[in-house]
Amino acid sequence: MSITEIKSKTLDWLDERTGWRMATDLLDHKVVPQHAGTAWYYFGGITLFLIGVQLFTGVLLLLYYRPTVAEAFDSVRFIMTRVEFGWLIRSIHSWSANLLILSAFIHMFSVAFTRSYQRPRELTWLSGIVLLGLMLGFGFSGYLLPWNMISYFATKVGTDVAGTMPVAGPTLARFLRGGEDVGAATLTRFFDFHVMILPLLTFALIGVHLLLVQKNGMHTPSGIPPSKLAHMKFFPNFFLRELMVWYGVLAVLGTLAAMFPWELGEKADPFASAPAGIRPEWYFLAQFYTLKLIPSHVWIFEGELLGLLGFGALAAVWVLLPFWGTRANGEPRTRLTAGVGIFLICYLITFTYLGYVK
Amino acid sequence: MQSTHSSNANEDRRTVVSWLLGGGVAASLASFFYPVARFLNPPQVAEASVNEVVAGKVQDLKPNSGKIIKFGNKPALLVRVNDTDWKAFSAVCTHLNCTVQYQEARREIWCACHNGTYDLDGRVTSGPPPKPLEELAVKIRGDEVVISHRV
Repeated sequence: MSITEIKSKTLDWLDERTGWRMATDLLDHKVVPQHAGTAWYYFGGITLFLIGVQLFTGVLLLLYYRPTVAEAFDSVRFIMTRVEFGWLIRSIHSWSANLLILSAFIHMFSVAFTRSYQRPRELTWLSGIVLLGLMLGFGFSGYLLPWNMISYFATKVGTDVAGTMPVAGPTLARFLRGGEDVGAATLTRFFDFHVMILPLLTFALIGVHLLLVQKNGMHTPSGIPPSKLAHMKFFPNFFLRELMVWYGVLAVLGTLAAMFPWELGEKADPFASAPAGIRPEWYFLAQFYTLKLIPSHVWIFEGELLGLLGFGALAAVWVLLPFWGTRANGEPRTRLTAGVGIFLICYLITFTYLGYVK
Repeated sequence: MQSTHSSNANEDRRTVVSWLLGGGVAASLASFFYPVARFLNPPQVAEASVNEVVAGKVQDLKPNSGKIIKFGNKPALLVRVNDTDWKAFSAVCTHLNCTVQYQEARREIWCACHNGTYDLDGRVTSGPPPKPLEELAVKIRGDEVVISHRV
């Protein structure tokens, strides 16, 4: 028997038992539309790649990290000062987390402005929004894990804000903290959220998200007639391009991590005053600054509650975009959706900037 | 003739380019995974080196009894043989690292994991241990029992 025969027999044997040719057939037929906006397609892949980087570096950090109040800070310091390349792995984990949120936001807005959420992709949009929420949850829970001053107080403020929510607020705050105050129980919980609960939910939802993208195919801009639209094969043409983009992202990530290593700060002390200049990660800054601006009481409402209701209303409008963004006859409400998108971007950029400088 | 020549040149160029590309990718992958491999290797943590440890008061241990005490990072076994004689050993069984104990009825040191036994000089009397227990020095200082490495 020749080598070719052996190879084909082995593959047949495997296919009969696993049906793997179904997957390769699918990959063979998958195409990506080529037009002026094709570049936006890469951001979903970049986000996925950075999630992979987080998973990889996170598993590495778990080799040395200890999730207790007594040891958390010291174990991170040990990683950064004693373990070889520990500073780099931690710095990559922190930087990658930030780039991941940025890339997820760009992905979301590109989908919004190209109106890719329209029928039949409403569920793809919704699953993406929930994934973004999970990513923010990763950011919030991971921020506390080094148990330093900034993260300790940011978590106090963050869980306190959650506590002002009407009806469920106090219960939610207690659930998040594992008690009345941020302490040992909070750290254990946040560790559990960060390395177990959120990853499980994220894997499941990424599966759903990708399956829906596969089922409905890539969205193409409505202005181009189907006959004029060129396509490229997903594998290997688009895939190799995406791989090159990932390489570029990795280069940026490595440079940022090496040139600007993530700091550790001072160990949290529950009986010290909050340090000056305390603020959350940049992706919570817009909300943080808005809450700073609202007076303590507006009419009969508490200021924080009013802010929270405002964020809730804005988020609801945005999440439900596929449902109000299209008229009953299928026509898109182009101006309205673009206006809301631009307003949201302007608000986020301005308030993030103000939160940063003030 | 000329076209064959140019296609050969193309092939050569293609080979060189793919070697360069492949080499670049391989080198960059090596530069990613080298730090990871080094990261996996746990750094040396200095063992708490101790020369001597106060094991307790003389009157706390009755004759023909033993107790496990902390000697640096490792357990040690202190045995009061009779009113005046004391013995101390590293409590780590030389077979597979279990912690041994003193058997009052048989007046011997016993390891519960694989039934190894040692006499009161630390020598193996039965079972699988390949080597005797490391003996430590015991001094009585006032009413305190002090254990140290033998010099």
